[in-house]
Amino acid sequence: MISVESRGTVTIESARCKGCELCIPACPPGVLSMSLQRNELGYAYPELVPGCTGCGACLLVCPDFCFEVYQYETPVMHEVGS
Amino acid sequence: MSDVRLPVLPTDAPPQEPARLLGRFKPKLLLHEDHDLCPGCGEPVAIRLLLDVVEELGCAQSSIGVVGIGCYTAFTSAMDVDLVQALHGRAPSVATGAKRMRPDTLIFTLQGDGDMVNEGLQEVIHTAARGENVTCVLINNGVFGETGGHMTSTTVLGQRTKNSLEGRDAAYHGHPILIGDLLAPLGGTAYAARGSVHDAAAVVKTKNMLRRAFEAQLEGRGFSFVEILTMCPTGWFVPTAEGPDYLNRVLGAVHATGELKNGERLVTTAELVSEQESGREG
Amino acid sequence: MTRQLLEGSAAMAEAAIAAGCRFFAGYPMTPFTEVLESFAEKLPTAGGVCINAESELEAVGMAWGALATGARAATGSTGQGLSLMQESLSEITRAELPLVVFHMARGQGDYYQATRGGGHGDYRQIVLAPTDVQEAVALTQLAFELADRWRNPVHIYGDFLLAHTAEAVSIEPPSGAALPAKDWAVDGTLGGTGRSRNINPIGMQKGVKGIEPERFWRRLQAKHDAMAESEARVELEAVEDAEVVVVAFGSLARTARYVIRELRREGQRVGLVRPVTLWPFPSQALAQAAAGARCVAVLEQNAGQMIDDVRLALLGAAPVVGIGDISSDDAGFGVGPIFDPDDVRRRVVGALSTSEVRV
Repeated sequence: MISVESRGTVTIESARCKGCELCIPACPPGVLSMSLQRNELGYAYPELVPGCTGCGACLLVCPDFCFEVYQYETPVMHEVGS
Repeated sequence: MSDVRLPVLPTDAPPQEPARLLGRFKPKLLLHEDHDLCPGCGEPVAIRLLLDVVEELGCAQSSIGVVGIGCYTAFTSAMDVDLVQALHGRAPSVATGAKRMRPDTLIFTLQGDGDMVNEGLQEVIHTAARGENVTCVLINNGVFGETGGHMTSTTVLGQRTKNSLEGRDAAYHGHPILIGDLLAPLGGTAYAARGSVHDAAAVVKTKNMLRRAFEAQLEGRGFSFVEILTMCPTGWFVPTAEGPDYLNRVLGAVHATGELKNGERLVTTAELVSEQESGREG
Repeated sequence: MTRQLLEGSAAMAEAAIAAGCRFFAGYPMTPFTEVLESFAEKLPTAGGVCINAESELEAVGMAWGALATGARAATGSTGQGLSLMQESLSEITRAELPLVVFHMARGQGDYYQATRGGGHGDYRQIVLAPTDVQEAVALTQLAFELADRWRNPVHIYGDFLLAHTAEAVSIEPPSGAALPAKDWAVDGTLGGTGRSRNINPIGMQKGVKGIEPERFWRRLQAKHDAMAESEARVELEAVEDAEVVVVAFGSLARTARYVIRELRREGQRVGLVRPVTLWPFPSQALAQAAAGARCVAVLEQNAGQMIDDVRLALLGAAPVVGIGDISSDDAGFGVGPIFDPDDVRRRVVGALSTSEVRV
């Protein structure tokens, strides 16, 4: 088991996403990746894994206003294991 | 880390743990997020910045936007700002008349490259030369997006569009116009800059350009101009995920980003290109 | 009532300013140039703005912006410049903005342009045609009132003679007829309230995706139909027992009126119908005036344009003959020999002696 720290997190309005994938490379810690599922519009949408820093880059680059960005008062530790 | 599968976290609701909201879904001056612009379009990204800066400067209730004609026109139904819709290329003259009657109101135009640099080249140049205290904002994607992706006067050499399928050719199609270079040297221009929205860093820089442009207007220093390079994967025939790279590599190499005029500073795009290139080498 | 000796251009500008016009933009072109000069001279002292625009396209655009903020604003030109403005005039009509246009034409050959409009789509603009400088003053003030009342552009159709003739006129501020408040205007204060506006020519509404062109255009057409019903204006002289009814407008009608009075003194039964509005054309008044006439003679300084509206008004009820012509000076500004009373007399007498018979 290892600990991964998230200093921030996001809310993602996946129903609105048009699958452009601009958020993926924009994310500095690389914690976004496109889902396997599709939303009602037929697009894949971003999913979040631990490690978010709350930098807001995803929000800045998203053309469809899909992100809300938060910074935790205290970083959240995720215990993840194989 | 490659042995560890990181779990997908729930993101459909605000966090349970105590957290500070850093950024909302949409700007305060946007009525709703639902729009019909293409996936990967850079225009909403640019317009978000515009709306945020208007609101952050405290100008929401003393501002009028004059809008040109392009993909962004339909988007205006979601903008909670007083607007006047102009004809293709003709926003600067409308902005002039509005500003002369409402000199204390922040007046800006929102125009695409086909609008401002093709149809409306004369209007924006004269508005700048007269030193009108308005801010003209150009969202430049190097194509006429709304008609399906045709060559404009900012399309770069080699760029494929629906009416330059073999790539823009200097001998046949002529050279692109770098409108910032025409506007910056004019005596009436107080501030001119070119930004981009291809990545988060560029977005932040561009937001600052917009702020400085509006400040120039609010301080009565004359005409201000901000060009914002935006992605148009549909008009460029590229997958959406490749839009930012195409923008930076193809358009950005010619329409280099940076400040062209700010107070005493006056540079050309060619100098910005050199700065860019020496930055890469260095 | 103070009277001043003023050239038409200056008189119209002063009348506009007295009516509250606070913005003008224009591009110099004969015979409109002095209108621009007059506004440039007089507007600043009245607290207004006059801009020498870089072309007629921008002149009408600047007026558009001023109008959108709720100001009384105007532009103008001569026929060629009006040609450039047509897209904007058409769209300003659909944006329902109260533009006043000072169209100082090079003669009467811009009748089609003014009354049909050279722009795209179904749209109408009221066209007022003063015959002398004092009427130009009254019609200028009426233009601003009608433009505001209907939220629609209004043209003042003048010419070289009107713009450059000096007459003794009195200019009073208008009577202050109650007009609807401009609660549609954009003043920039509604951002972020959820009630912000978008003045646009296609019926876009905030918070609504898409437009409904048919519904929008039909609503405008209903307004234009109402304008047509109620805004026709005409001056009639000596038509009650007229054998020949002359139809003429603008400066040329002034010569026609002089000639008709002379002929009446000689016992000839000739009358004059002078449309004061070219649109809406006073069809009903003309039809009534021509009811007993042997023929209707259309005197206009062009190849025959108003004669179409005369024929449409009468629909064969009386024979219509054109007695006008192209007529100009050596520079093409429309100061032609047709304004000579002897020339007009010859034309009218020709209509009187014609053996046209009512069928």
